[in-house]
Amino acid sequence: MALGEESRPRLQPFVRLQFDARRESWVLQAPERVLLLDESGKTILERCSGSVTVAEIVEGLAAEYDAPREVIAEDVMAVLGLLAERDLLLLDEESQP
Amino acid sequence: MTAPESAPKSAPKSALGPPIGLLAELTHRCPLQCPYCSNPQELVRRGEELDTAAWIEVFRQARALGVLQLHLSGGEPGARSDLPALVGAARQLGLYSNLITAGVLLDEAALAALAARGLDHVQLSLQAAGAQTADSIGGFREGHARKLAFAAWVRAQGLPLTINVVLHRRNLDDLPALIDLALRLDAHRLELAHSQYYGWALRNRAALLPSRAQVERATALVERARRDLKDRLPIDYVTPDYYARRPKRCMDGWARRVIVVTPRGRALPCHAAETIPDLDFPNVRDSSLESIWRESEAFNRYRGTDWMREPCRSCEFRERDLGGCRCQAFALTGEAARADPVCDLSPDHAALQALAAEAAAADGPPYRYRRFA
Ligand code: SF4
Ligand code: SF4
Repeated sequence: MALGEESRPRLQPFVRLQFDARRESWVLQAPERVLLLDESGKTILERCSGSVTVAEIVEGLAAEYDAPREVIAEDVMAVLGLLAERDLLLLDEESQP
Repeated sequence: MTAPESAPKSAPKSALGPPIGLLAELTHRCPLQCPYCSNPQELVRRGEELDTAAWIEVFRQARALGVLQLHLSGGEPGARSDLPALVGAARQLGLYSNLITAGVLLDEAALAALAARGLDHVQLSLQAAGAQTADSIGGFREGHARKLAFAAWVRAQGLPLTINVVLHRRNLDDLPALIDLALRLDAHRLELAHSQYYGWALRNRAALLPSRAQVERATALVERARRDLKDRLPIDYVTPDYYARRPKRCMDGWARRVIVVTPRGRALPCHAAETIPDLDFPNVRDSSLESIWRESEAFNRYRGTDWMREPCRSCEFRERDLGGCRCQAFALTGEAARADPVCDLSPDHAALQALAAEAAAADGPPYRYRRFA
């Protein structure tokens, strides 16, 4: 399943997001995988509930941070693309209303 | 945004970062007898094992030092009756826990107890795709059937499952069936790792080493399966060393990412490091993990590139592969500071190739099983 603006992403159930005081960074953990996340990466992932689309996440963030939609969209797709590639995301397109 | 932890953006090459993984070898006891077991030939007895409180203290210090992932290994970690307590402590400390198991000692209730304590992931080893071959390799009757039942319990608990298979002459032609089996068991990942020749595997090398042609067939098959199954079953393939031209960056570098603690508390930079005889490994009973990681001679000896001799010292690839595996260099040449003979720039490479050809052509003596339940 390809990642697109209509995907409704959520983290795989075995993925854990936590703050690591030692590295002063958010870390995402999965079997044999550790990824460091900055604040914006974490903000994006927190919104991946499986019920909202990528487009809705982008619009929400653009409004909240008063930033151009294209810039936010690029950031969001970069983070989600990286996770999807590593099999850490579920993309439930078919659950669309 | 994200960055893989292995690539710190601005840190200078020499800066010592925190370790990511702790491999806790809780016990050497195991009902199986795999002839390629990575445990040392001299196994630690039960009475010498660290107790529950000592292990939890190791976990605590590891987390404080920056460790994120805890691999509960052995031997068979299920032989420890305090496993639920250890898993629970790991979870409370914020460690991501991975149970590396042979799957024959824990029953459904025991697994449920671990899941309830917060276990994150299970890695189950299989010896082959069919029961007969599998049980003869593992030296344990009914082992394979128990493993299949165990895999189903893991998935029923909602835990992610990695299937791990050590590859060698006897099971390499089994690959298509092994991949099918991993799919049927609903595994999240399949790890296919060619045997590495130290410890028990070195002793059994003439019975384990596949031929070059067999390896090439297998590698082509794995590459095809990886493409075909990209979205269903990610496959990690650990390539065989003896037929390679360049060595692997072993453990991602000596004492760079992982700390191993043996059942009796010795801290190692890699699980085979005890095969190098002149290293004095510190014990967690006597020193803090922090001082072991930063200051111990054993951890610093082969860290980075300063220890290198020629041809590695002036080689353009030295940061990339860090000269390969120290344990392999020692096993094959008797000197841990030589270039890994897997490298075709090493003066020992031709001898390794001759040795591999000879071992692979031999009929294969019977296994010398690792017996230690
Ligand atoms: S004997 Fe086999 S199952 Fe037991 S620890 Fe060694 S490799 Fe693992
Ligand atoms: S000579 Fe040493 S550093 Fe260069 S490729 Fe070979 S093993 Fe690596």
